[in-house]
Amino acid sequence: MTALPLNNPQPTASARPGTVVEFTGVVKEFSGMRALDGFNLTLHAGEFVALLGPSGSGKTTALRVLAGLESTTAGSITIDGVDVSTLSTSKRDMGMVFQSYSLFPHLSAGENVEFGLRMRKIKPAERRRRAAASLAMVGLDDHFDRFAHQLSGGQQQRVALARALVTEPRVLLLDEPLSALDAKVRVQLRDEIRRIQTELGITTLFVTHDQDEALAVADRVAVMRAGNIEQVGTPEELYSRPATPFIADFVGLSNRIDGVVRSARAEVYGTKLPLIDPATPDGAVRVSIRPEDIEFALEGLAATVVASSFLGSLRRTTVRLVDGTILFLQHGVRVRPAAGETVFLKFTGAPVSTEQLAAVSAAPQQP
Amino acid sequence: MSGGFTAGGVAHAPSRTVRTVILGLVGLIFAVPIVAMIEFTLRAGLVGGYNVDRWVALFQSGFTGVYRPVLVALGNSVALAIGTVVIVLLLLVPTMLLVHIRFPRLRRGLEFICILPITIPAIVLVVGLAPVYAIVARLLGSGVWTLAFAYGITVLPFAYRAIQSNLDGVDVKTLTEAARTLGAGWGSILVRVLVPNLRRGILAGAFIAVAVVLGEFTIASLLNRVNLQTALVVVSKVDPYTAVILSLLALAFAFLLLLVIGRLGAPRTRTSRRRTTVKGPA
Ligand SMILES: Nc1ncnc2c1ncn2[C@@H]1O[C@H](COP(=O)(O)OP(=O)(O)O)[C@@H](O)[C@H]1O
Ligand SMILES: [Mg+2]
Repeated sequence: MTALPLNNPQPTASARPGTVVEFTGVVKEFSGMRALDGFNLTLHAGEFVALLGPSGSGKTTALRVLAGLESTTAGSITIDGVDVSTLSTSKRDMGMVFQSYSLFPHLSAGENVEFGLRMRKIKPAERRRRAAASLAMVGLDDHFDRFAHQLSGGQQQRVALARALVTEPRVLLLDEPLSALDAKVRVQLRDEIRRIQTELGITTLFVTHDQDEALAVADRVAVMRAGNIEQVGTPEELYSRPATPFIADFVGLSNRIDGVVRSARAEVYGTKLPLIDPATPDGAVRVSIRPEDIEFALEGLAATVVASSFLGSLRRTTVRLVDGTILFLQHGVRVRPAAGETVFLKFTGAPVSTEQLAAVSAAPQQP
Repeated sequence: MSGGFTAGGVAHAPSRTVRTVILGLVGLIFAVPIVAMIEFTLRAGLVGGYNVDRWVALFQSGFTGVYRPVLVALGNSVALAIGTVVIVLLLLVPTMLLVHIRFPRLRRGLEFICILPITIPAIVLVVGLAPVYAIVARLLGSGVWTLAFAYGITVLPFAYRAIQSNLDGVDVKTLTEAARTLGAGWGSILVRVLVPNLRRGILAGAFIAVAVVLGEFTIASLLNRVNLQTALVVVSKVDPYTAVILSLLALAFAFLLLLVIGRLGAPRTRTSRRRTTVKGPA
C-alpha cells in the first residue's frame, strides 16, 4: 500500500490487505415485500463496485444490510470470510456516506471527523492530527472549524467522506452521496472519490441510480432490478454485451425495434445481426440496438430526419422510418442532418440483446 | 436543510413593523394583569392614594408568622417542579426517541396518549386519581412529592409538543445511523448526538413543566396537598393584599427559575465564537 498520511500512524491498519465482502442469497423482507430477493454479490479486495438500478430496486437496502442498519431475513453476509450477521453496526467497522446530509449539526467539520476516533478512544492530540489529515485529503484543510450550515452541499459530503475514512474502515459504503449536488460538483466529487479510493485501496460499494456515474468510476457495475442483480461486469462488458434488454436500456441509450430470431441471428428490417446470447430461441423478439450501432449510408433503410442535437463531442439524430418507428443515431459532429431530410440507414452489425415478445406483453415496459 | 440548527432563515417572515406590533400587543396582554396586581398592592385603604406599607410590612416580618406556610408551600412546589422535570427527562424523552428511531409506527399512538391529558379537565382527572393515590399513599406514603406523578401526566401534552417539534426539525434517524457506523453505542449516541441536537426542545419541555407545576391549583387542592397556589388561596382569604404580593413574588421567582434553567441549558459559547474566526474560500 502506498505511503499516505492517513495510514502512517497506524501500522496495523496500513498492513491490512483489502477486505473481501460476500453476499450469499440475502433476502430482506419489509412486511411481506421483498426488497432483496436472494441477493448475491462478491466485492473483491480493494475493488470499487457500483450498485446501479432504478429507484426502489433495493440498492439502499443492500447497503444498509451490509452496514448492519437493517437485519437480514435470510442468507449470509461475510466480511473477510467471517459472518457478520450478529455483529452490531458499531462493531462492523464500515465507513458510510449517506444520501442526505448527515453531519452532526452541533459539531464543527473537524469535530465531526474526530467523532469516530473519539468513539475509538484515540488521544486528543492524535485525534486532531488525523482529522486534519483526513480533511486535507478531501481538500478542506482550512475548514476544520466550520459548521455544517456554513458549508456547501459538496463540502458537506466531502466532510462526510473524510469522517467515514478517518477511522480506516474495512469497507466504504456510499449511498448516492452525489445525488443532492449540482451537475458540475457531482462530476468533480465523483472523480475525487475514485482517486481517494484508489489511493487507499479500500473495498468500496457505491450505490447510484445514475448510469454515467456508475460507468465512470467503478471497477465493476452490478445492475439491480427488483431486489436482485441482473448482471455484474466491468463497465465495458455491461455496455457492449448487455445480458438483457433491461440492462441495454438502463446502461446507455438503446433503440428497441421489433424483429425475429431465426437460427441464432436477429433479423430487423431485412438485416441479420449477431446475438449477444447465441442460445436465444427462434421467435418474435424486441431487439435493443445502441444509437452508435446505426449509421447513415448511401442506400438502405429509408428514414426522415426529425431532429438533430449537438452534444459536444458527438451529435444525436432522431429519425422516423416509413412505418412510423422512431430511432436514435449517434455520430460524429461533422455530419449535420437537417430536419425533414431523407436519409438511408444501415446497422453496423454489432451484437444485440433481445427480449421475447411474449415476455414483453406479459410484463409491459414503460416507454 | 435537515439540520434545523441554523437560526432564522424563514422565507416569508413578517416585516419588522408587523413583528413589533404583534410583540407589543402580546406584551400588553401580559402586562395588564401584572400592573393591575401591583397597583392593587399599593392602594392605601379606602380613602385612595398609594404607599408601599404592605410590602415593607411583609419583608420586615421576614416571612415568619402567618406567611410561613407560603414559604413551605413554595418549597413543595419547587420540589414538585423538579420531580416533574425529572419524569419528563427520564421517561418522556427516551420514550419519544425510542419511538421515533426504532418504532415509528407507534408514533400516532404515543402522540394520542400524550395529548390526551389536555382534553381531560383537572376535576375529572382527580376523580380518577383519588383511588390511585389511595394506593400510592399506602405504598409510598402521602408525601407531597407523590403529586409529581400526577403532574407528570398533566404536563405531557405541552412537553410532548415542545420536544416533538424539535425532533421533526432534526434528521434524527440519519444522524443516529451515521453515529452507529462510526462506532457509537446507544449511550454515546444519546449523550453526544441526540441531546445536543434536541437541547432546545428538551429545554422548552422542561420550562413548560416548571411553569405548569408552579401554577397548578386544582389537583393539589382536591387531593389535599399543599403547594404554592393552595397556600396563596389560604392567605388570600385572610389578607387579599398580601396574597397578591406573594403571587407577584412567586411570579418573579418562576421567571428567575426559568432564566436559570435557560442559562444552564444554553449551548457552549465557545462554538459560536469559533465559527466566526475562520474565513476560507467558499
Ligand atoms: N424501512 C422500510 N420499510 C418498508 N419498505 C421499505 C423500507 N426500506 C425500503 N423499503 C422498500 O424496499 C424497496 C427497495 O428500497 P430501496 O432499497 O430503498 O431502493 P433503492 O435504494 O434502490 O431506491 C422499495 O420498494 C422500498 O419501498
Ligand atoms: Mg436508495
